[in-house]
Amino acid sequence: MHELSIVKHVIKTLREVAEDNKVSRIGSVTLEIGEVSGVVIEQLTDCWNYFRDKDELVRGAPLYVETVEAVTFCTACEKTYETVRFGRICPHCGSPETYLLRGNEFSIKQIEAE
Amino acid sequence: MKVIELKMTVTDSNDRDAQALRRELSERGIFLINLMSAPGSGKTTLLSRTITDLAGRADIAVMEADIASDVDAQRISALGAESVQVHTDGMCHMDAGMTRMGLAGMEGANGIVFLENVGNLICPAEFDTGAHKNVMILSVPEGDDKPLKYPLMFSRSDALVITKMDASPYFDFDIETVERRVKKLNPDILIFPVSAKTGEGMEAWESYILSEWEKSHA
Repeated sequence: MHELSIVKHVIKTLREVAEDNKVSRIGSVTLEIGEVSGVVIEQLTDCWNYFRDKDELVRGAPLYVETVEAVTFCTACEKTYETVRFGRICPHCGSPETYLLRGNEFSIKQIEAE
Repeated sequence: MKVIELKMTVTDSNDRDAQALRRELSERGIFLINLMSAPGSGKTTLLSRTITDLAGRADIAVMEADIASDVDAQRISALGAESVQVHTDGMCHMDAGMTRMGLAGMEGANGIVFLENVGNLICPAEFDTGAHKNVMILSVPEGDDKPLKYPLMFSRSDALVITKMDASPYFDFDIETVERRVKKLNPDILIFPVSAKTGEGMEAWESYILSEWEKSHA
């Protein structure tokens, strides 16, 4: 459900980009998605494949996804660690005073314009 | 083939639309409050009580967003408040475009408008609806661990209403634990423990709504 609306938002944004750049056909779209952004890439791709053929602008265009590894920073010991493996608690010192450095990305990185 | 580098967040177009909507609403004198929660947290009951208590002090209208049915809108209409039902057609959240369409069906609205978002703790937090304030509702039976499981919702909300406080003797729900967990995610959040059934805490919540509304058109 969530992925369906994301695809609709992506296509809406692409329409605006195409207009601004005077592009009539998009050949491919590359997204950058963080590991902990909550997006299921398989579902996103399924929704994309369904919707792209309903829109002249992106008909047949493949969707490429680049995953960004999630990294958390600990403010207590000032070290970083893998978010997916250890969660919110720092594996180096046990402190819960941590914040996400990256991994929540959710952006359209680039498009190929025909 | 030409490559265009974009680096735009996926919600960019919605964010712009939401900013524009917020300005338009302020010009029309409408104060929009986005209410978000899980299904069954007591949003409609809280709103019903708020509308009744504030009768004569503020004009309140309600936009009900659900995947299907109009049972919530009927409950609000029965109180004499203007209400509109928006069907999201399977979508799990409201965005600024949908909110705008819903508001177009509420010409009489002039004052406070509550948007009762789709019952869901995940994506409503990611999409700006154009509201002036975001309020989250957590009910006692849902448990005091929700801030740990759905951190984004708690960090994006201006206020948290904890409903069904009258049921707390029957649940292992520790209000201090919730407050601690929530403040850690969002130190500025305001917390209102209430029971729409007994009226406990309702006055503090209602004063907050009134004072924010007054501030908005001062």
